[in-house]
Amino acid sequence: MSGNMNINLKVWRQKNGKSQGKLVDYKVENVSPDMSFLEMFDVLNDRLINEGKDEPIAFDHDCREGICGSCSMYINGRPHGPNQGVTTCQLHMRSFKDNDTIVVEPWRSAAFPVIKDLATNRSAFDRIIASGGFISINTGNAQDANSLPIPKGDADDSFAAAACIGCGACVAACKNSSAMLFVSAKVSQLALLPQGAPERATRVLNMVAQMDAEGFGSCTNTGACEAECPKQISLTNIARLNREYYKAALFSNEG
Amino acid sequence: MSKIDSKIPAGDLETKWTKYKSSVQLVNPSNKRNLEIVVVGSGLAGSSAATSLAELGYKVKVFCFQDSPRRAHSIAAQGGINAAKNYQNDGDSVYRLFYDTIKGGDYRAREANVHRLAEVSSNIIDQAVASGVPFAREYGGLLSNRSFGGTQVQRTFYAAGQTGQQLLLGAYSGLQRQIGIGNVQMFARHEMLEVVNIDGKCRGIIARDLVSGKLERHFGHAVLLCTGGYGNVFYLSTNAMACNVTAAWKAHKKGAYFANPCYTQIHPTCIPVSGDHQSKLTLMSESLRNDGRIWVPKRKEDAEAIRNGKLNPNDLKEEDRDYYLERRYPAFGNLVPRDVASRAAKERCDAGFGVNKTGEAVYLDFAFNMKYKYGKQVATLKHISNPTEAQLTEFGHEVIKEKYGNLFDMYKQITGVNPYENPMMIYPAVHYTMGGLWVDYNLMTTVPGLYALGEANFSDHGANRLGASALMQGLADGYFVIPYTIGAYLANEISVKSISTDHEAFVEAEKNVQSTIEKLFAVKGTKPVDFFHKRLGKIIWDNCGMSRNVKDLTKAISDIQALREEFWKDVRVTGEANDFNPELEKAGRVADFIELGELMCKDALERNESCGGHFREDHQTEEGEALRDDENFKNVSAWEFKETGNWDLHQEELVYENIKIAQRSYK
Repeated sequence: MSGNMNINLKVWRQKNGKSQGKLVDYKVENVSPDMSFLEMFDVLNDRLINEGKDEPIAFDHDCREGICGSCSMYINGRPHGPNQGVTTCQLHMRSFKDNDTIVVEPWRSAAFPVIKDLATNRSAFDRIIASGGFISINTGNAQDANSLPIPKGDADDSFAAAACIGCGACVAACKNSSAMLFVSAKVSQLALLPQGAPERATRVLNMVAQMDAEGFGSCTNTGACEAECPKQISLTNIARLNREYYKAALFSNEG
Repeated sequence: MSKIDSKIPAGDLETKWTKYKSSVQLVNPSNKRNLEIVVVGSGLAGSSAATSLAELGYKVKVFCFQDSPRRAHSIAAQGGINAAKNYQNDGDSVYRLFYDTIKGGDYRAREANVHRLAEVSSNIIDQAVASGVPFAREYGGLLSNRSFGGTQVQRTFYAAGQTGQQLLLGAYSGLQRQIGIGNVQMFARHEMLEVVNIDGKCRGIIARDLVSGKLERHFGHAVLLCTGGYGNVFYLSTNAMACNVTAAWKAHKKGAYFANPCYTQIHPTCIPVSGDHQSKLTLMSESLRNDGRIWVPKRKEDAEAIRNGKLNPNDLKEEDRDYYLERRYPAFGNLVPRDVASRAAKERCDAGFGVNKTGEAVYLDFAFNMKYKYGKQVATLKHISNPTEAQLTEFGHEVIKEKYGNLFDMYKQITGVNPYENPMMIYPAVHYTMGGLWVDYNLMTTVPGLYALGEANFSDHGANRLGASALMQGLADGYFVIPYTIGAYLANEISVKSISTDHEAFVEAEKNVQSTIEKLFAVKGTKPVDFFHKRLGKIIWDNCGMSRNVKDLTKAISDIQALREEFWKDVRVTGEANDFNPELEKAGRVADFIELGELMCKDALERNESCGGHFREDHQTEEGEALRDDENFKNVSAWEFKETGNWDLHQEELVYENIKIAQRSYK
């Protein structure tokens, strides 16, 4: 078809977490601009299976509509590739040109060890949520939902923070591998809501402690996380996290 | 053919559940600590069930194949969740939600289950808000609502176009809390590949650690399958890539009946297929039908000119457009139920009025409401008495952006077309499966101790699900139903000690899984797994999709049987068993889909009527609407597995004591 492209890929191949990895060249021909980036990988994997030489490339993906947070490719030095506010699965080949060379790597962070090829282990995020990213309410305890009016502005800001998909692009983008944007999104979501108030102090202290224990780096406010976040989670959440943290550390009885 | 018992409690519909809750057997707290429950799947049903059961004191293990429980496909639900709160003062009630759901399901759902669902719907909203779910709010700080198809009230709660995400993250945070406290043990990147039955009761599962490839045995006094639907049998669907029927299918082959497999939901508003490379389809939320009007050109020559790029749809005059849903269904208009809207789109496209290159697309157009509904509202607020057209568009644009911004962005990203300036193009796609494992009122399958929750069961949506009801059902089952109903079973299990996984039943089950894996590798054929999945999907879409007939279904069954043989002769599974191997995972799932596909067609063939999403061309009214046969088919078809390609049919009669069943009308 006219308009179709040839793409030169350099893809990180790594047998497992223990072995050394390397970039391997693949040429993918006749790529339709309407194809998604992952569909190009499907085509390549199909070919690899048919040729029977190389194993297909392992990568995480699931919903392919930008919401589950599974997909995680580091494309030409940027998490989720060149477009703003877009996950890898929503990146389409029309964002590239004929004969482009594209380098694809896994997330790079000691806290996200490689499982195989482009798939990494991001369970550190789950453990951070388990340390405090919740409201302690058991099923059946709730009062009527409208008994607690919440100013629309607070609800909207809380929602904007809650839009985080936990993909880890913020960590991959950061030169320090900091998870501050991820942690601050959850802290902000709950700090902005009256329901979250009772555990406000313990939450932020515990989550930050867990974040440090997982080996994520410190935040030096470079803002790469915000720039690369597919859900455009704002840096102001980190400022809020810092305020919450200092408040809790200095004034809370629970600290 | 035998009858099966749904164990619906006696008494009035309105008080059944209340009475049941007050009289069901309880398990005392010290005994709960010794009872282990395995939950497979971590979506809305799985997360909410696991969390609630752990809070009660049971020992819970949760399994999901994704890398984190937060990624289950409930996350992708867009539009909202229904609840009979009547916050809008527009006449809603538990009865009305119950009635709408039964009618929407074309009178093929169980009254008692649906009424219970409507009863607990309000509690779900309370629970979600209390756990920090940021639903949309009005300026007064109270919750906002919108309309969905098949209803005339505003009872849908939402969080922009990300309601499923917010609800799942709410349930997930509760789950993580229980994991942190040590009440739940989480097994991510694990896939359930077999259930283990001992002395006629389900006692555990075999799971594969997807990273190491190792098979594991896990005991449970009860097992809950919360593993979602089987829409990916069509290959192209709005389901996530890894959604599968495997857990349900393994349970089916171990004794759990499969109910109404032919009831599948084709969602009317999805982004049309763009090419052969397509790996999945993307939904555009039904909530868009609140403000989007669906149309095709009135004249075929205009449709052709649009297809050839010679005519811009924005230039087609109002009187030359056919708003066919408003024309055919004046009472509900663009908000008719999904099955009706999908068939109407297919009818127009089959008749030659489709608007994209493939001829399989209709318009979903926001221009009118953007300008004249929202633009005018904002102009009034701003005290502009004679706004220009450009002003109206500008003002309306902002409102539409706030309501549907993420959906519009998604559309633009996928199609490369800006939906603020051009009408969206949409076409029906497979979205949800009403059929699933047969369960009784307690949500127990035909295997004692084995439960199915959420989309994995069949019970609440009949032959067609109304929008914003899937999230409701998943959370109802997990938060508010299973914590009670499981007591009825476990109260009699308190003396059962944990069974060692060295028990011969576990050994045997693991051996079976192992041999299936070995068999897959041993084929050493020439075609990738996806090749077979695509072929299966095409057979099912063409013959067991939006409209069905005897001839095609009969042929589809033999085609699928042939495909099954070919699969086991010619599939190529690369890599190794003891390794992270996505190809092996896919191979196992597709093998199960092929077997299910045959049963779907068989079920569609046996059900000699049309109802909801099951439209048989030989059973329609003069106006082309689904024509039920209540005399012969007011029942649930529950299939018992005998051997591959061979099933026995059982039936559960549906009794309507509270609703007068009628020809469904949305005119």
